[in-house]
Amino acid sequence: MQFNIEVNNRVIEARKGETILSTLYRNGIKVPTLCNMKDLSPTGACRICVVEVEGKENLITSCSYPVEESMRIKTHSPRVVKARKTLVELLLSNHPDDCLYCERNGCCELQDLAIDLNIRERRISGKKSRHKLDLSSPSIIRDPAKCILCGRCVRVCDEIQSVSTLDFLNRGSKTLIGTAMARDLNFSSCINCGRCVMVCPTGALHEHGYMDEVLDSLNNSSLNVIVQYGPAVTVSLAEEFGIKPGKDINGLINAALRKIGFKYIFDTAFAADVVVMETVETLMQKLESNDGFPVISSCCPAWIKYAEQFYPDALPLISTCKSPQQVLGSIIKSYFASEQGINPNSIYSVSIMPCLAKKFEAQREEMTHKTISDVDVVLTTREFSRLIQLYGIDMHNIEPQTPDSPFGVRSSASKLFGASGGTTEAILRTLHFKMTGKEMSSMKYQELRMVNGVKEVAVKIGGKEINIVIANGLTGIRNLMEGILNKTINAHFIEIMACPGGCVNGGGQPFKSDDKDVKARMRTLYDIDDIDSLKVSHKNPLVIDLYEKYLDKEGSDKAKRQLHTCYSKRDVLL
Amino acid sequence: MDGTINLLLEKYSHSRRDSLIPILQEIQEEVGYLSEEAIVKVGNHLNIPTSKIYGLATFYNQFRFEPKGKYHIQVCHGTACHLFGAIRIIDIIERKLKVKAGQTTRNGKFSLEIVPCIGACAQAPVISVNGEYHSNLTEDHLGQVLIDLNGE
Ligand code: SF4
Ligand code: FES
Ligand code: FES
Repeated sequence: MQFNIEVNNRVIEARKGETILSTLYRNGIKVPTLCNMKDLSPTGACRICVVEVEGKENLITSCSYPVEESMRIKTHSPRVVKARKTLVELLLSNHPDDCLYCERNGCCELQDLAIDLNIRERRISGKKSRHKLDLSSPSIIRDPAKCILCGRCVRVCDEIQSVSTLDFLNRGSKTLIGTAMARDLNFSSCINCGRCVMVCPTGALHEHGYMDEVLDSLNNSSLNVIVQYGPAVTVSLAEEFGIKPGKDINGLINAALRKIGFKYIFDTAFAADVVVMETVETLMQKLESNDGFPVISSCCPAWIKYAEQFYPDALPLISTCKSPQQVLGSIIKSYFASEQGINPNSIYSVSIMPCLAKKFEAQREEMTHKTISDVDVVLTTREFSRLIQLYGIDMHNIEPQTPDSPFGVRSSASKLFGASGGTTEAILRTLHFKMTGKEMSSMKYQELRMVNGVKEVAVKIGGKEINIVIANGLTGIRNLMEGILNKTINAHFIEIMACPGGCVNGGGQPFKSDDKDVKARMRTLYDIDDIDSLKVSHKNPLVIDLYEKYLDKEGSDKAKRQLHTCYSKRDVLL
Repeated sequence: MDGTINLLLEKYSHSRRDSLIPILQEIQEEVGYLSEEAIVKVGNHLNIPTSKIYGLATFYNQFRFEPKGKYHIQVCHGTACHLFGAIRIIDIIERKLKVKAGQTTRNGKFSLEIVPCIGACAQAPVISVNGEYHSNLTEDHLGQVLIDLNGE
């Protein structure tokens, strides 16, 4: 049902059941918010969104109050503006005020509010909040002094990710966000997906950055500094340089990395092709014995940690193949090093990823052999953009280049790894070939694309039905896992990505992007695939080469040693 | 302790989330504090994440997360005691015994708890050590009490 209300002396149309805020937004009227989160139930905690409603004595939080017929609302009356201003001044009263040095300088919602509300002096001063930084996690740093207690992190962690690491601890002026038994993050149930970092309005949660380590190694002439970048980075980095969302700047990235001084530049997508080969081999073996299903994907390290904590019984089902980042890291320091006659100890392997969990993954014990780690350090897309700035590279004025051999070719299937459903699509293309000996006539699996949440899909390959489940974001994960373990869900392959939409929407991607930007990134990956002529991993000549020269064949002992890993139950407070 | 908590939870075998606080209270009553193990067990029992239990428990002053010390010192922070310098008393104890409110010293000798009015307003400020009251406390007097306890 629709009816009219009056806002700022203008009549607009409202829909029954929606909140005042939704009505305002739909009609292009802007009201600031802090605690409110799209798609999650409102809490009304911060009160920044207050408006004045005629006939009501108190100001009303528009995010949590339903519109009513013939309401007359003022969104920016002097009373409203004053209230908002005071609220922000109170938030600032104990704030550390070290904006210049803050991770979120320039993209902080608190800063924006202070500017919008024309706060130019400290009117209210309180005791500065002093808290210890939590530096324990390789992925996420917590700086409780900057926390404004909006509770967004608590809610994504509960409601979107089903992890529930965080909650409000204590009360009154001592309230803070923390974990069970106030443990440091690295000893908690945090899966490092970084959804909390993406929603934190201030610098209270931010990534664990490793720029200094990378700079030091670049300046160290005895090191061979090698870099790889993930498939979802090339379609998002452009946004950091004011280029329209979804533009693929793969070539420019190669050029920039070369200017910065990385000795060899590789595209992680190449390794995604290798992951396809290994995973298809696993599937073929199981199809033969018709046993051991489902195979669950292993590309997302946040999902892996989730499983290690919450579903240890499902660990044997997870593909043992390492993620593309680790696969490439491993072959760089083995095959590539020996081909080039480089001592693997002198290689410093940097990885640029759209992801915070990849930082954790690189440090997993299983990823280091005889003190040599597959990957030494992981930067996010955001850190990468800062590295480019630091080297004064003008992304608008460089010529595209190609990555280095011997891993310089990738199929477009491997690019799809960046979007939820894409890994599966890439795998199915090669599986189809292996099962039938023929290529697919049309390469597209439309039903695997743009999945929201959890979706079961059945595809036919050579007369056989292959059952797939795609999941992104961990909202429905509990039901899915229960279903798998009690065998009510029977699938051959299950792809799980912790981030809603997959890595295009990873925790290391540019801030200030919305659903539209994420969709644009996704669409670009599919567009790349549309025009590419090499659409399947098994035809990548350099992958074939790698197997011939080094790995022997898929699933060989050598492949097992270099490309596969294991998982184990984790003891954390759940 | 293991058994105590299990037994207690058995009593609450059909309970839901709303019995969380009574369960925690009973555990504290029995065991003296809420251990990590207790919180995990209650979490499993009621199917609530431990972060939520810890969050809720820290909201209330009544819960402690470390076992009590040999000497459990309760400082009254009711209105009368507040007016007669409870804050100062807390401060002195925290400094002298190197213990924070809600915590227990490493050697397990002292624990400190801040409590609401304990009903001896006429003799404010008041502390109680293992249930024994020390009233009309002056700084000197408090100092002596602590020395005596420490000496033992
Ligand atoms: S979905 Fe992608 S970006 Fe998100 S945690 Fe997993 S691997 Fe990282
Ligand atoms: S945004 Fe409405 S109360 Fe916080
Ligand atoms: S206020 Fe301390 S005994 Fe009442």
